[in-house]
Formats: sequence, C-alpha cells, structure tokens
Amino acid sequence: MVEGVISLVQSLVNGLLTGGIYAMVGIGLSLVFGVMRVINFAHGEFLALGMYLTLWLFRATGLDPFLAIPIVVLAGGALGWVTNRVLVGPMASGPEKGYILMTVGIGLVISNGLLLGFGAHPQSIYTSYSTATFQLAGVSFSLPLTLSFAITVVVIAALYGMLNRTELGRAIRATAQNPAAAELQGIDTQRVRNAVFAIGVALASLAGVLLLPVLYVIPTVGSVFTRKAFVVTVLGGMGNVLGAIGGGLLLGVAESLGATYLSSGYRDAFGLIAFLLVLLLRPAGLFGRSQA
Amino acid sequence: MLEVREIDAFYGPVQVLWEVSFRVEAGELVTLVGANGAGKTTTLRVLSGLLHPRRGQVLFEGKPIHHLPAHRVTDLGLALIPEGRQLFPDMTVEENLLTGSYLPRARRSRAESLARVYQAFPRLKERRHQLAGSLSGGEQQMLAIGRALMSQPRLLMLDEPSLGLAPLLVKEVFRIVEEIRAQGVTVLLVEQNVTQALAVADRAYVLENGRITLEGSGPELLGDERVRAAYLGI
Repeated sequence: MVEGVISLVQSLVNGLLTGGIYAMVGIGLSLVFGVMRVINFAHGEFLALGMYLTLWLFRATGLDPFLAIPIVVLAGGALGWVTNRVLVGPMASGPEKGYILMTVGIGLVISNGLLLGFGAHPQSIYTSYSTATFQLAGVSFSLPLTLSFAITVVVIAALYGMLNRTELGRAIRATAQNPAAAELQGIDTQRVRNAVFAIGVALASLAGVLLLPVLYVIPTVGSVFTRKAFVVTVLGGMGNVLGAIGGGLLLGVAESLGATYLSSGYRDAFGLIAFLLVLLLRPAGLFGRSQA
Repeated sequence: MLEVREIDAFYGPVQVLWEVSFRVEAGELVTLVGANGAGKTTTLRVLSGLLHPRRGQVLFEGKPIHHLPAHRVTDLGLALIPEGRQLFPDMTVEENLLTGSYLPRARRSRAESLARVYQAFPRLKERRHQLAGSLSGGEQQMLAIGRALMSQPRLLMLDEPSLGLAPLLVKEVFRIVEEIRAQGVTVLLVEQNVTQALAVADRAYVLENGRITLEGSGPELLGDERVRAAYLGI
C-alpha cells in the first residue's frame, strides 16, 4: 500500500519535472503565435539545434551543459531574430500557406543539417551527475532534472515579469492585441516580431540544453518536440502563456503516469491520448475562452 | 504644417482616393467631412503611414512622410486616433496610456503627461486598473484620446470620434477637441457628424467618392446649399 503511494508520487514528480520543461517549449510556440499568428513548425528543430550545440561544445571544450546555457540561449536568440527578419517575417503577412511551408522547410533544413553534421546514431552527454539522485520522503529526484526544473521556473517567472512590467513586454502585448494600433503608438512592430521570434527560439534552445542530460538525441528529435509544443499550446489555449504552463505540466504527468502504469514504450502516445481527451471535452483548451 | 498633394490610394486593385489635396496650417482645426465610404478613413490611414499612396506626396513640416512606416510618422509628432478607438482591450487603462508614450521622446515626460491626462479625464484615473475592454463607449473614446495625447503630438488626427456615442457625449467629445486645439495642438478632424464638425472647424474639406469636391471655412460650408442638401438634409 505504502509502496503503491510512493510509486504514484514518484511518477507524478517525474512527470511534473519534465512537464515544466515542456511548458517552456510550449510557451515559446505560444508567444510567437500570440504576436504573429504564425505557428512555427520548426520550433522543435530549434530545440534540437540547442541540444546539438551543447553536445558539440561539450565534446570540443568539455564545457558543462549547464554552463553552456548562456552561449546556447544567446545563439538561439540571434538565430531566431535573423530567421524571422529574413525568412519568416516577410511571409507572415501573406497567405497562410506561405509561412507554413517556410517554417516546415526551415525545420527540414535544420534536421537534415544535423544529420549531415552529427550522423544518425543516438548520442548523449555523460557527466558526473547525469544519474545522480537525492531522496525526499522516499521519493527520488533526478539531480539534473530537478536543476533543469528550477531553471525553467526562474526563466518562466522572468519572462512573465518582462511581459507585464517592462516597456518591451507592453510593446509585445500591444502588438499581439492590435498590431495597427501598436504601430500608431510608435511601436516598431516588425522589430517586436523579430524579438518575439528570438525569444521563442531562445526558449526552445534552452529547453534543448535542459533535456540533454536525460535524453538521447537523434537529428529527428525536433519533430517530436514540435508535436509536444503544439499539444502544450493547444491544451493551454493558443497564445495563452499562462495556459501553456498548465498544458506542459499536464502533458508531462500524462506521459509519466502512462509510462509507469501501462507501458513505458508508449510514453509519447499517452500524452497525445490525454490531448485528444481534453480536446473532446474542452475544444478551446483547458483555459481557453469558448468562442461561442 | 501638413500638406497633402494629389494622393492616389488603392486597396489592392480598387482605387479609393483620386488626387486628394489639402493642407492644414499650424494651430488650425481642420475638418474633413463626407458620407460613409467617401474615403475619409483611407485618407487618415495614408497620413498616418498605415497605407502608402501609389501616387502623390504627404509633406509634414516640409518633409515627405508618405513612404514612412506608421511608427516613424508618430515619432514625428503626428498622432492618429483611429476609428473604433482600437484600444488594447486586455490591458488596463493605465497600461494603454503608458503604451501611448512608448516613444523615447515621449517617455521622458511620461509622468507629467499621465498627470495631465488624468486631470482632463478623472474617470480614467478612477478606472486606471480596469481592463480597457470593460469600459463604456464614452470612456473608451476618452481613453483613445488620452492615449494619443501621451505621445505629445503636434498634429492630432481624429477619425469619427463621435461614432456610436450618445448625444451628450458627442457634445463632450467636441468640447475636448476644441480644448486640445486651444492648448496649441493642430487638429485634423474627420467626421460624419457634419453640422457639429463644421461648427467647430476653422476650415473644412468635403470628400466625395474619393475626391475633394469643396473647401471653405466652417461657417461658409455650413451655409453652402450643396452641403446642406447632401449632408444636413435641409
């Protein structure tokens, strides 16, 4: 009986820790959609790019993945800015097909570039703390995953504060709510869109670093995370940053419970099943306002 | 201060403005009147940089501005209060106002601007933590005016500020427009409410089917038979 409770709590803990990172992946996608009305189909590939950059830094210089965070985040932000400025931004005002093909294409270029550069075999980083755990009331916490979760909490809180308290945050929300009116207030909405895309890609790259210690990476890992980000975003309501937190945690827990009690081989499927159930019951997402 | 020279504007393949020319001198209150669909809103979209004309020029203090994006035009001191207010509905009243002073040149005197707007519109101060989307129509119009004033414009353009308001509020809006002008801001007012617009205007232009067809002082046009027949129903 006691063992059963502990195993349940253990599964929930594992699910919440991973779910926090899923939330961060989803927030990046959701923010971009909220401001630009563009679904970035390459979102997961940017995450994969963050993973491989960390892997490469580790192999080349022995830099610890957690210490690589500033480099990877800055590189991701710069790449996001340029990508939107040159590739996605010009398509965003045109018909939907244009930007969908563009972002799908960017994703294909990234994943095939990774395949070319790193090969198809699964790779991972092994550090001294990769398998380290600590115990709390009989439940064991993975050290790297707990650290990743803590970083996620800090980053999401900082992002939330930025959106609500700073000039840039107000400009981002104004652009999301009414782009023409934002321009009339003197806001350069094209720059705001570049900044938001940069933030989205930086968050995806950061999630890539945080997941690296607990995951094998292959060049196609991106498509899995694009799908997860999409699930998180839809669960939380498109464009709803706070909702994405709930969506991420729910996805993490659903996967973890499914893996513990049903079959660990179908881990990814349980998240999608939970997703379908939520959509059947609440088509606007968990926190979405219905469009009645 | 503002000179519009033979503007042709299009929405896609459809031409909306034909050789529209007019001018606004510093300190004036000029109104552009006309029926629904005459091209009044399109004219303001061109002046504010939201729509670029295919031919013609817009000069603001002698410099061409018709090729600039809207945020640059606002930075030059030309503010538009768009039709339907276009507030940020999920931001509070105060956040809407702060967004109005986003530009660095307006940010410097943000505190004084905010105090002045709250003094002019005490209702906005009472409701400063409320979401803009929850305000009444009249309060929303006050907020739209306040937000535009936060950018410290030298030329203020208003698109149908009286639209959808009760008669008492319409009077209030016109009083505010005159007050803004009295404080030294040049005003370009676009209205369907022809009588009241002509009554407050120094000069006026009539826009018909995308062309300027008449111009004159406010009282002149108010007495013009064509205007009376077409817009005042007399």
